[in-house]
Amino acid sequence: MNDSELILILASIILQAAPLMIAVCGETITERVGVVNLSLDGTMLMSAMTGFVVSLKTDSVWLGFLAGAAVGALFALIIAFGTIRLRQSQVAVGFVLTLLGDDLSAFLGQNFTHIPGPVVKFMPIPVLKDIPILGPLFFNHDMVVYFAFALVGLTWWWLFRTQPGLHLRGTGERPEAAFARGVNVNRVRYLYTLIGGALVGIAGAAYSLNVKIGWAEGHTRGLGWIALAIVIFGGWSPIRGAFGAILFGATKALATVLQRIFPEVSVVAFNSIPWLLMILVLLIVSSESTERIIAFLPRPLQRPLRHLLRAAPPMALGKIFGGK
Amino acid sequence: MRVEIRDIRKYFGSVKANDGITLTLEEGHIYGVLGENGAGKSTLMKILSGYQPPDSGEILLNGQPHTFDSPLSALKNGVGMLYQDPHDIPPFSIVDNFLLGRDKRLRLNYRAAESELKELSSKYGFALDIQAHVDSLSLGERQQLELVRLLAGGAEVLILDEPTTGISAEQKDVLFNSMRKLAREEGKILLLVSHKLEEVQELCDHAFILRRGKYVGEMEIPCPNEKLVEMMFGQVPPRSERPTFELGDPMLELRDVNISTYRLSVKNLNLSVRAGEIFGLAGLEGSGQRLLIQACAGLVRPESGQIILDGQDITSWSYHKTRAVNVAYVAAGRLEEGLVASLSLTEHVVLAQRETDFFVDWAASGQDAQSRIEHYQIVGRPDSTAEELSGGNQQRLLFGLLWNKLKLILLEHPTRGLDVRSTNYIWNLLYQRRQDGTAIIFISPDLDEIIERSDRIAVFSGGVMSRIVDAKTTSVKEIGHMIGGQL
Ligand SMILES: Nc1ncnc2c1ncn2[C@@H]1O[C@H](COP(=O)(O)OP(=O)(O)OP(=O)(O)O)[C@@H](O)[C@H]1O
Ligand SMILES: [Mg+2]
Repeated sequence: MNDSELILILASIILQAAPLMIAVCGETITERVGVVNLSLDGTMLMSAMTGFVVSLKTDSVWLGFLAGAAVGALFALIIAFGTIRLRQSQVAVGFVLTLLGDDLSAFLGQNFTHIPGPVVKFMPIPVLKDIPILGPLFFNHDMVVYFAFALVGLTWWWLFRTQPGLHLRGTGERPEAAFARGVNVNRVRYLYTLIGGALVGIAGAAYSLNVKIGWAEGHTRGLGWIALAIVIFGGWSPIRGAFGAILFGATKALATVLQRIFPEVSVVAFNSIPWLLMILVLLIVSSESTERIIAFLPRPLQRPLRHLLRAAPPMALGKIFGGK
Repeated sequence: MRVEIRDIRKYFGSVKANDGITLTLEEGHIYGVLGENGAGKSTLMKILSGYQPPDSGEILLNGQPHTFDSPLSALKNGVGMLYQDPHDIPPFSIVDNFLLGRDKRLRLNYRAAESELKELSSKYGFALDIQAHVDSLSLGERQQLELVRLLAGGAEVLILDEPTTGISAEQKDVLFNSMRKLAREEGKILLLVSHKLEEVQELCDHAFILRRGKYVGEMEIPCPNEKLVEMMFGQVPPRSERPTFELGDPMLELRDVNISTYRLSVKNLNLSVRAGEIFGLAGLEGSGQRLLIQACAGLVRPESGQIILDGQDITSWSYHKTRAVNVAYVAAGRLEEGLVASLSLTEHVVLAQRETDFFVDWAASGQDAQSRIEHYQIVGRPDSTAEELSGGNQQRLLFGLLWNKLKLILLEHPTRGLDVRSTNYIWNLLYQRRQDGTAIIFISPDLDEIIERSDRIAVFSGGVMSRIVDAKTTSVKEIGHMIGGQL
């Protein structure tokens, strides 16, 4: 394997990770506001199918993405309504929707399986694409990839540098306190659950329009669960989440390479590598032993490191807000 | 500013939490708000601060009627409240916590917020570490942060609901000094809700007394405590005299016990507590006293040393095993560790049973619950859930669930947030326990309680246990010095 081959592999990892990055961003926003949208797997199947079919019928990928976003927002609306208004369990509603999305997408999409359709246009960025290494890695892609990276940055900025972002996080951590500071808790929860869901919908469409083009039953199955896991892995930070999504893609690529080298070992063994790695990192990051190790380091280092490794879920995640 | 509260009513089902309350507050005063548990103090304060609307009645600021639809709208009109548990956001950085809800601009201005925070906190004598996260602060510091936030928001009327439960004596002094400054120099109105009459006498110049949702009177402060107590309860409750008691043989012994966690280590604990003895542990929160209690309860494992209960070595036993040999542990967090918020009293009785059959005899358990309700005078029914009970009644329930013959009772903050009468009631129960030869060890931040109720006292400071002092001969001052590290 020479250098340019490696860069090609890395670039394709990024291309494939883009939908996952978008979905992780969406779910990070939703969970940060205190709502678990557990229906991600069903949502992505539905939006992948809808996105593909709409763009096939209209011959416009943009309308496909729009349709995917609408489907994602619709699923999120059901979650929000069921849990905020009807005060049902977020886990129960999300789980039912997962199953629904899976079956419904198979049923509605059955006439559109295994046919070619429109693709997102390749769009290298002039000048930037010629930067050695970085150019082919990051600037030799299409809108979906650029959108994914921009989204990660924008989400981070929104969450951590703006007043509405502060409202969002405060609502997810301690809704009573946010309410006392004038935040309309339920409205904020509705809003960001919908936005998060729409992004997950875009991610689903991005998969069927840009990564594995087309539709087949169970096309994106598993991807939603992976996104949910990466949100946790990323400690509810969009940047760490995006990093997790790329890392996940990389370990999968690595598994493929290893499989070629050791053909006698079962495929399943290699497929579980990313998961094992994820569990390992989670253990390292959130265990008490890390806290012990940090306590030994010089004081000025302790705080930034703790901050970096801070991976606690939003305090009110999954809880119903009793107030107005 | 002049505040008039007119004929405020608030009913929760059949409970008349506020039943037509009228008060007037004048500029520059510190008012005490007194009343037994469940009298309706917090309800009234939450209405005044916009946290909940009244069923009827009105609030006038400088003669103008106002309705607040949220705490923010109250703050915009100059009314801010410090809640019993501060309404801050523990995982946030201090600046984020300060900024939330502060202004309408999209981009957060951290630099301006930091300098404003620094300026205000030094003005009122608070030493806050701006870089820290809220969850690394002590309760007292979190209150200071909330106060600063309310003042920055333009509060002219400040309500403090039981601010001194759980903060250190120094923090209390800092708080009281800043409150005096706010009233005397800046003409603000302060309202202090408290069960500690000494504090009200020390700080306030006027007190309102509520009983069962009604206004029953007001007093100029200082005045005799008995007067206040009589108004609060309708009669002067008998002062619980601490009965003298012949102590028995050693019940619990700690020999060279070392406990360490990554936060704190406690070295060389040596202690002997006798049957029927009440042993008080003082010290700032997190100084090691809790580790001692938890080690005896089997909740943390000592690194070395021996714990002997009534001649039996129980070192490193699990919680379930120590329970089986009649050790009881009553944690500080009533609803977090002691009770299950959504379970009924009957279900609590079932959970606490010593022998558990696979099938629950609900009828018998219901009767058992009813008899405990009567014996411990809990205001509630067998099917009320724990969270519906007022603080005092939750505490009674906790004690009502303890087994009959116990060798050792370990208590954290046994009377936190309780009114005078409930406090006496709880202590009388504990005094009775001594007849069975039960040894009692308790932690309390209230030094008066420690000195009044204990036989002997030890003080923890930074993981070190002091010499043991006799409660009869010590003073609040001496204990205070020991807490400060002069062991
Ligand atoms: N949200 C609520 N739902 C039902 N009942 C309530 C609610 N809030 C308060 N109550 C009831 O109203 C009464 C007054 O409660 P409140 O909290 O105002 O008392 P308090 O004077 O602050 O008592 P404490 O000294 O124990 O804090 C109590 O009987 C309480 O059980
Ligand atoms: Mg109260």
